[in-house]
Amino acid sequence: MTQETNTPNRDPRTVLLVDDDGDFLFQQKVQLEAAGFHVLTAAGQRQAEEILAQHRPDLAVVDLMMDNPDTGFTLCYRIRKKDPSIPVIMVTSVNSETGLEFDMGTDAERSWIRADALLSKPIRFEQLKGEIDRLLNN
Amino acid sequence: METIRVLVTDDELGMRLGVTRTLRDFTVQVADVHDEVNFTVDQAESGERALEIIRQTPPDILLLDHKMPGISGLDVLDQIHGLPCDMLTIMITAYASIETAVTATKRGAYDFLAKPFTPDELKSTVRKAATRLVLAKQARKLAEEKRQVRFQFIRVLGHELQAPLNAVEGYLQMIKGRALGGDPAAYDEILDRSIVRMEGMRKLIADLLDLTHIESGQRNRQLAEVDLRQVACTAMETLLPRAASANVSMHVEPGAPLTMTADRGEIEMVFNNLLSNAIKYNRAGGRVDIAISKHEGAVSIAVSDTGIGMDAEETARLFGEFVRIRNEKTQNIVGSGLGLSIVKKIALLYNGDARVESRPDVGSTFTVVLHDPGQPPNGPAADAN
Repeated sequence: MTQETNTPNRDPRTVLLVDDDGDFLFQQKVQLEAAGFHVLTAAGQRQAEEILAQHRPDLAVVDLMMDNPDTGFTLCYRIRKKDPSIPVIMVTSVNSETGLEFDMGTDAERSWIRADALLSKPIRFEQLKGEIDRLLNN
Repeated sequence: METIRVLVTDDELGMRLGVTRTLRDFTVQVADVHDEVNFTVDQAESGERALEIIRQTPPDILLLDHKMPGISGLDVLDQIHGLPCDMLTIMITAYASIETAVTATKRGAYDFLAKPFTPDELKSTVRKAATRLVLAKQARKLAEEKRQVRFQFIRVLGHELQAPLNAVEGYLQMIKGRALGGDPAAYDEILDRSIVRMEGMRKLIADLLDLTHIESGQRNRQLAEVDLRQVACTAMETLLPRAASANVSMHVEPGAPLTMTADRGEIEMVFNNLLSNAIKYNRAGGRVDIAISKHEGAVSIAVSDTGIGMDAEETARLFGEFVRIRNEKTQNIVGSGLGLSIVKKIALLYNGDARVESRPDVGSTFTVVLHDPGQPPNGPAADAN
């Protein structure tokens, strides 16, 4: 019995998930839907932009995408430009793989990382859900 | 164009001016790296002054007179010994005694010039030193690039190994949290996906070992007569279950045996990788055609599919390590990204090549050309029997 689905006076919030790993998309989509969200998924920057041309998600979760390292950053930037009020969570496996450290701790980092939160893979659903709730209830 | 700094140290003004004049318009071509070198010349009238300049901004080449008032050339050599720079010292000696040359070389001089010397002798000695400097610099650059390529390889490998672990861990957490409810049947799909990702990881490790094996050159190659058609048929049999579940049919031409001298394991890797790609990136109801032919000692293996194909930008980077074409059409296809670089490396072992022609949504043809090592291209080898 999920309470969210039983609140008729509130439309479900829409989350856009962008990741080139189909399993990650599937896992988060199933669990977000169970938690009462409406979920759109995209396997890459191009697909995400097609979706954004037609929909306005309430929040976006974007993988940094190692295959082509710019795409995640570029997409965050485009989302921001289109609608600065859409919160963006950036998901990355960069930290654990390269030892390259960056987070959102300083103003300088926040100014070039166009995201509201940064999560490192592997992420647990509760973590993602927690960040989404925090950003949507702000 | 590279500029090499020369410091000429001599108490005779005439000598310093002569060297400066000779090297002013002198250029050296370093053919091996297609580089051209010119020179700027600074002067020091004593060993003391030379040491000052060297400590501030070390030159690339030090022309050093042996006999000077104040400290001698050999003293200077002693003092600069062990400085962290790539400076080469050419000793100028008034008498071309072997003894002085040996002493100077022992103390770190690179070469020596006997006074009096002609401009051509100076040029020839400086050319030798300049070439050595440029080549050493180039070698350092290459070593650094190699180091970077290795880092990049390990970095991407880390990513490729973590991705399946993350996926499987995510599924395990869904099962643990009963994310799909109490019915065990609801979990079948995610269990299947977990197994697929684990298999992908195992394939990655196997490919990585193959690649390392080929690259290390330590693999014991066993060259023998190999029937390519038979290897193709074995690969087809191995992959039949996968082809059947993807509803893809496989065909091979010609029907008769076609042999070459090769390492059987390498040929198997070529066929297995090309066939498994042709099945994976195909469409339901599609087909895979293998065409093997031989012409004057060159064997051509062409594997065509009727699959999703690629655009020119994608084919251009396809043979690189860990390159997987990622788009909406390939997002659920698992691969190590190493298969084609293995194929390419094997082709190179046979002085051959691997290439691809492709059209999006029509299909791709991968062609591997191998030269039969038992049959040189300028004439058929004598029949072993």
